[in-house]
Amino acid sequence: MSNLPIIDLDMAPNVAIAIIAIYVLLVVASLFTWSLAKRRPERDYTELRQRVRTWWVIVTLFAVAIALKPIFAISLLGFVSFLAFKEYITLIPTRRADHRVLFLAYLTIPIQYYWVADGWYGMFIVFIPVYAFLLLPARMVLIGETDGFIRAAGTLHWGLMTTVFSLSHTAFLLALPQSGNPVAGGDGLLLYLLLLTQLNDVAQYVWGKSFGKHKVVPKVSPKKTVEGLFGGIATTAVVAVIAAPFLTPLTRWEALAAGLLIGAAGFIGDISVSAVKRDLGIKDSGNILPGHGGILDRVDSLTFTAPLFFHFVYYLHY
Amino acid sequence: MVRLLRVLFWILIGRPLVLVVLGLNVRNHQGLPKHGPAIVVANHNSHLDTFVLMSLFPLRLLGRLRPVAAADYFLKNPLLAWFTLNITNMIPIERSRPGKLNRDADPLQESAAALKAGDVLLVFPEGTRGETEALAKFKGGVARLKEQFPDVPVIPIYMQGLGRVMPRGEIALVPVVVDVFVGDPVPWVGHRPAFTQAMEQAVVALKAQAPNRAWR
Repeated sequence: MSNLPIIDLDMAPNVAIAIIAIYVLLVVASLFTWSLAKRRPERDYTELRQRVRTWWVIVTLFAVAIALKPIFAISLLGFVSFLAFKEYITLIPTRRADHRVLFLAYLTIPIQYYWVADGWYGMFIVFIPVYAFLLLPARMVLIGETDGFIRAAGTLHWGLMTTVFSLSHTAFLLALPQSGNPVAGGDGLLLYLLLLTQLNDVAQYVWGKSFGKHKVVPKVSPKKTVEGLFGGIATTAVVAVIAAPFLTPLTRWEALAAGLLIGAAGFIGDISVSAVKRDLGIKDSGNILPGHGGILDRVDSLTFTAPLFFHFVYYLHY
Repeated sequence: MVRLLRVLFWILIGRPLVLVVLGLNVRNHQGLPKHGPAIVVANHNSHLDTFVLMSLFPLRLLGRLRPVAAADYFLKNPLLAWFTLNITNMIPIERSRPGKLNRDADPLQESAAALKAGDVLLVFPEGTRGETEALAKFKGGVARLKEQFPDVPVIPIYMQGLGRVMPRGEIALVPVVVDVFVGDPVPWVGHRPAFTQAMEQAVVALKAQAPNRAWR
């Protein structure tokens, strides 16, 4: 370990500029929702304003974590995985017999993020898909409860894959060698991914609200429309191309492909969590984020975009 | 000194454990008593039930919160006795055993004194943790107190999820978000068995509001 203070002195200027730009966006969003509430006092904008206020907190947490040494941002992302996995475990039916299996499943979270902090790619990429996949059912079968075994093993692994394995790809962007992205390093790639994924959610919502007519998947998510989906993907692709030279090593065409990938995958991630909630008969996954619902409601798109974007960049530039 | 230790314990361990490691989803938070004297009655599945109930109240009320718990269980080990009596500020109560009942002492004496002093009693009327996520028949102690102090509100609470966090006999803690449902005060109905029944029904009604999280 180096003896530098905890502040990350190597933060790229482009990353600092991007963070300032995100704060400018937040100021605009706050002013917009404030004026909306002023102009139409008859309508209730509490949830929208709460949602923007929660964004301030999330952005500040990430800005501080990125300004510190990578271990802080990696720990913060590990904590997000913990909260998301906890919400998932709370929502799904679990078996009394699996109490100790669930405890072991939670233990995989710090271990997985330790591989990230250690930069051990080989272990990071197989630990949950191979070792946890084999060891947790092994523990289950040794306890000996066969009633509901396949459902318990299946639901537990699906939760670990989405909330821990997939999300930990966000953190591994920080562990990639600086040389792959000279303009902004791992911080730049992480910001690019988070910005585009969240922007895509907002853009799909706004396009859908404004022009939405034709439903895409009425059974899963009746509010999602074709117009929202394609408007959102197009917006994300445009921003992806514009932001790429500042934050990533991607060429113009690669950035376009990354934008389309994040736009489409974000949509699938979003409706996958919707399908889980519909299957369980609930509306929000939790109440930890005022105006948003639970953590799972916020990171739903990210569970799909993070691994896909990571491997896209990893294949092309590392 | 003990007061300082108690506050430090709750700030550094108790509350972070309940609010961050587990997480609470409280319905009708404003229904909780703002000050003592009051009696809160809740279902009981786990030792952590007391931690959750104590985390529902603001820190300034910490000194007023008095969980009522079984003397035979919590006082048998000196370390546990020190912890429960000082850090959780517990009121030990003798669980009546047939044939062993000491007829001279009133088991509710200390609870009554606490109510007179303006404390908030936290009571598990089932008298035991029992089967996971199942309600046992309520015991009659709270009704005796209510008869004696008709103006003290009795607030029913139903907690769901703690049986999954640390069921009886397990030491591993599995984080699960806990749903807490706060009900309206149970009015005095004139005689004790009917009040006990009304209290039990109030908790059962809160349980019916809880999301159906299959458990097998």
